[in-house]
Amino acid sequence: MSVDQATVRRIATLARIAVTDEEVPHLQGELNAILRFVAELDAVDVTGVEPMTSVTPMALPLRPDAVTAGGIADKVMRNAPASEDGYFVVPKVIE
Amino acid sequence: MTDLLGQTLAAARDGLKAKAFSAAELTDAHLVAMEGARSLNAFITETPEMARAMAKASDGRLATGDAGPLEGIPLGIKDLYCTEGTRTTAGSRILDGFVPPYESSITTQLWRDGAVMLGKLNLDEFAMGSSNETSYFGPVTSPWKRRGSNAGLVPGGSSGGSAAAVAARLCLGATATDTGGSIRQPAAFTGTVGIKPTYGRCSRFGVVAFASSLDQAGPITRTVRDSAILLRSMAGHDPKDSTSADVAVPDFEAAVGTSVKGKVIGIPKEYRLAGMPAEIEALWQQGIAWLKAAGAEIRDITLPHTQYALPAYYIVAPAEASSNLARYDGVRYGLRVPGRDIADQYGRTRAEGFGREVRRRVMIGTYVLSAGYYDAFYVKAQQIRTLIKRDFEAVYADGVDAILTPATPSAAFGIGEKGSGDPVEMYLNDIFTVTVNMAGLPGLAVPAGTSADGLPLGLQLIGRPFDEDTLFALGEVMEQAAPKVVLPERWWS
Repeated sequence: MSVDQATVRRIATLARIAVTDEEVPHLQGELNAILRFVAELDAVDVTGVEPMTSVTPMALPLRPDAVTAGGIADKVMRNAPASEDGYFVVPKVIE
Repeated sequence: MTDLLGQTLAAARDGLKAKAFSAAELTDAHLVAMEGARSLNAFITETPEMARAMAKASDGRLATGDAGPLEGIPLGIKDLYCTEGTRTTAGSRILDGFVPPYESSITTQLWRDGAVMLGKLNLDEFAMGSSNETSYFGPVTSPWKRRGSNAGLVPGGSSGGSAAAVAARLCLGATATDTGGSIRQPAAFTGTVGIKPTYGRCSRFGVVAFASSLDQAGPITRTVRDSAILLRSMAGHDPKDSTSADVAVPDFEAAVGTSVKGKVIGIPKEYRLAGMPAEIEALWQQGIAWLKAAGAEIRDITLPHTQYALPAYYIVAPAEASSNLARYDGVRYGLRVPGRDIADQYGRTRAEGFGREVRRRVMIGTYVLSAGYYDAFYVKAQQIRTLIKRDFEAVYADGVDAILTPATPSAAFGIGEKGSGDPVEMYLNDIFTVTVNMAGLPGLAVPAGTSADGLPLGLQLIGRPFDEDTLFALGEVMEQAAPKVVLPERWWS
């Protein structure tokens, strides 16, 4: 499997990474090199094999549904590039 | 006069208890060494004031008999571990200005046990790399040089700052992380010891995530015993990490020096690669001979899916990374590059904030998880992961206690020498280590000899889940049998 330039642009959009026109052919080459490398897996018969979901057998731990942390809005906001009155500020989303 | 810098972590611990020197003296000596080694670029952030305050507090506890197991021991912390109030970068521009409002569980435990933080260590960006060259803060230079050459070498990666700082005697030990070999490969490249413990042994809380089902923290030190000491303080169940294992943490140091007589050591034929340098094969045979001489039984084994581990890893790891790194949006923390609307702002922030290798992996991950490709790539890779794990389970069920392999396919290479054209060339560094992450097993890298041009080479021991004890016992046997590692002279200061 290999990707064309339109696919590279589509992946970049999905990944929310801006790419320039000059970058696209390079990225295409690099992504295709990786895809050629992983194509080795086509040789493996995986019929009936369970996909791994947990590398060590363990049940997901549960805890009572109670507030265990909170009241730290100032700490949560401290690293924000832009904030106002306890809100993160972003460019206008709805016209 | 004690060589404060050249001693082992164990010796420093004992010296502090015996009042041969103070924690303040020990820390000051390391601060001088750290400041004198800036040309290696091993540290991203130095924290001398914090180190002095912590050492002073340690001296107080040593005086009153309240010393913890790591009291007064100066450590470097890989800059992937969040440290409250101290800038944490993950080696990336996208975390520009980020000062964590919380502490990782592992470092919390280290400070609980009395350790002293010297600073934050350089790494490949988001731990994605095998040479420390993808760091936004520049590459780390290894303290090692090829015999008769002045060319700068890589310390390996992603924990390149950790390995370089330990080998250069800038700290007595360092924390590191390992997703595909990022503890064991730099340890092998620098003549140091590194262990990636069993998945779940150490909490991932507060460690910046790369690939959550593969990431595991561990130490890099100068001896096997020192790794055992440091791992004990790093390990343990943590309710803040749902994949943290609720199992008791043994006194790993007690396993160091125990007999390995009768232990069954598997030698997997699939790790004998075509075109592998003769010196790597010779090193492996030497390791086999050492373990045999110590009374271990050597057995040829087969791990038939080995060759598929690395390609499967390059599906699973980027997929998880693309998901984990979605959080870097320029809204809540880190870099923000303004755009004409929010989508444009995301795109610009992530294009400028992530380096080339990270962008590439996020895009590959996005592709293999996208509609129509998920089953062909991601599900298939997870099926192969099941087969890789079964290979190990089968040999362990047959009575194998541990597996011996080379740690890396070569010695350290030069800065700028690999991976510039084809990313896969760099990925091949992890060919012997990545299986261990895919199967969640513990793996220990131990120095075992040197290459023809005088660079360190390491061997890897792979253990049963939660049986790090056996690795420490076997590792100590190899360390004792191997030629003593002579660390490089301080040409950098």
